[in-house]
Amino acid sequence: MEIQRHVKYEEELDKSFLEEIKVMSGAEDIDRCIQCGTCSSSCPMSVYMDSPPRKIIAMIKNGFKEEALRSFTIWLCSSCYTCQVRCPAKIEITEVMYALKRKAIEEKVYPQNLPIPVLDREMSSLIKNYGRNSELWLILRLYLKSRNPLGLLKMAPLGLKLMKTGRMSLKREAIKNKKQLKLLLASLKEAA
Amino acid sequence: MKDYVYYPGCSLKGNSKHYEESILPVFRELGLPLEELEDWNCCGATAYFSVDDLMATAICGRNLSLAEKKQKNIIAPCAGCYLTLKKANKVLQGNSDKARKIHQALEKAGCPYQGRIEVKHPLEVLIEDIGLDRIKERVRYRLTGLNVACYYGCQLVRPYTDFDDPDYPTKLDQLMAAIGAEPVPYSAKTRCCGGSLTGTIEEVGKRLNFILLKEAKRRGADAIVTLCPLCQFNLEILQDKMLKDYGEDVTMPVLYFSQLMGLAFGLAREDLGFNRSIVDLKPVWQKLAIGGLR
Repeated sequence: MEIQRHVKYEEELDKSFLEEIKVMSGAEDIDRCIQCGTCSSSCPMSVYMDSPPRKIIAMIKNGFKEEALRSFTIWLCSSCYTCQVRCPAKIEITEVMYALKRKAIEEKVYPQNLPIPVLDREMSSLIKNYGRNSELWLILRLYLKSRNPLGLLKMAPLGLKLMKTGRMSLKREAIKNKKQLKLLLASLKEAA
Repeated sequence: MKDYVYYPGCSLKGNSKHYEESILPVFRELGLPLEELEDWNCCGATAYFSVDDLMATAICGRNLSLAEKKQKNIIAPCAGCYLTLKKANKVLQGNSDKARKIHQALEKAGCPYQGRIEVKHPLEVLIEDIGLDRIKERVRYRLTGLNVACYYGCQLVRPYTDFDDPDYPTKLDQLMAAIGAEPVPYSAKTRCCGGSLTGTIEEVGKRLNFILLKEAKRRGADAIVTLCPLCQFNLEILQDKMLKDYGEDVTMPVLYFSQLMGLAFGLAREDLGFNRSIVDLKPVWQKLAIGGLR
């Protein structure tokens, strides 16, 4: 029988994680967290989260990088900013969640089969290429990329209702000056 | 700068055409016709900020620059666009390292931004620039007898706005009262609708919106009034599934504040996008008939 250890030793923690997230999120005050739990009790999503926001902040402060980046929590955050405006330590928690999402995508450690990061990436790429989002194209790409054609079938009745009320367009939207957008993104890449 | 240019964003050109169809005539009636920002690009919403912060801020910068060239402030009716543009504006009006990088790129691309633009939501403009008195004067049919739950959602009131309370705002309630409707006390008014979760993890989105609808029903509302296209969409589209899955009928029309304002101003019902509602609007028309509208 193999005995499994459920607690990390200090040397296994990532000491630089706190600093990294501070820089990425711009939330300089993460270590002022007093673990009061106002964020978790304010969050409308916390009932669905594997670790509520309070715990995520504790993970960041203490270097539990893997655990924070692999959690479902960061993807369930819908950016409603309730935690952020209520936090007595004035920590920009929503910005912290955004930073964790970016880090998880960068390191490719987000949960597989979760459609949320797929949606984020597909919408970003539509905007990058065309300057505009097209709702129908986004939905098609979402189901294609998350390999869920059955889900698309389930969406059909809703699609029909939206068609009937003229609320779904088949057109792919784009801006006229795509050249400017390309130049903007290229010069930004250069600067970064 | 007091003049405004209109930034529709993707929703008002897509699933929320009825928001555009009602907000434009209402502003025209109030003597502030809105011209669309030429060649605007998408704001990036929550998605782009989850992928690349620098680029997400930069594409918003392009919109701000286009408006600045016209010497006009931006009106953004979508709460998502409103927050995103405001967030980017705050960064670009500062002098952080990030701001410097983005300003350089904007200049290279031929759309420099000096930081002179303000981003406003139509509700803000209606209350602060036009004023409730002028709106009251314009009302032809008061919407007497129509009980409404005013739903603000999250991104209009948090975290960058100071024109209303982030937890219990009242400006939309005041506006609805000014046109004769009766706002009910609605404690869920800033509880999140889940945003894009309805499209990605339906079970979560469905429950969140069920809670919002149930609370509105309990408070005796005939309709929910919204000011954000994503909230309107989320509250409306899963209503039939809720009855099936949770065994409770929470069916309720979900309207834009601008649609009701148009009605009160005496604009033709057919021109205000009511035909785009997925939920049956009969309860609203019945209530208004009792109240004396036509």
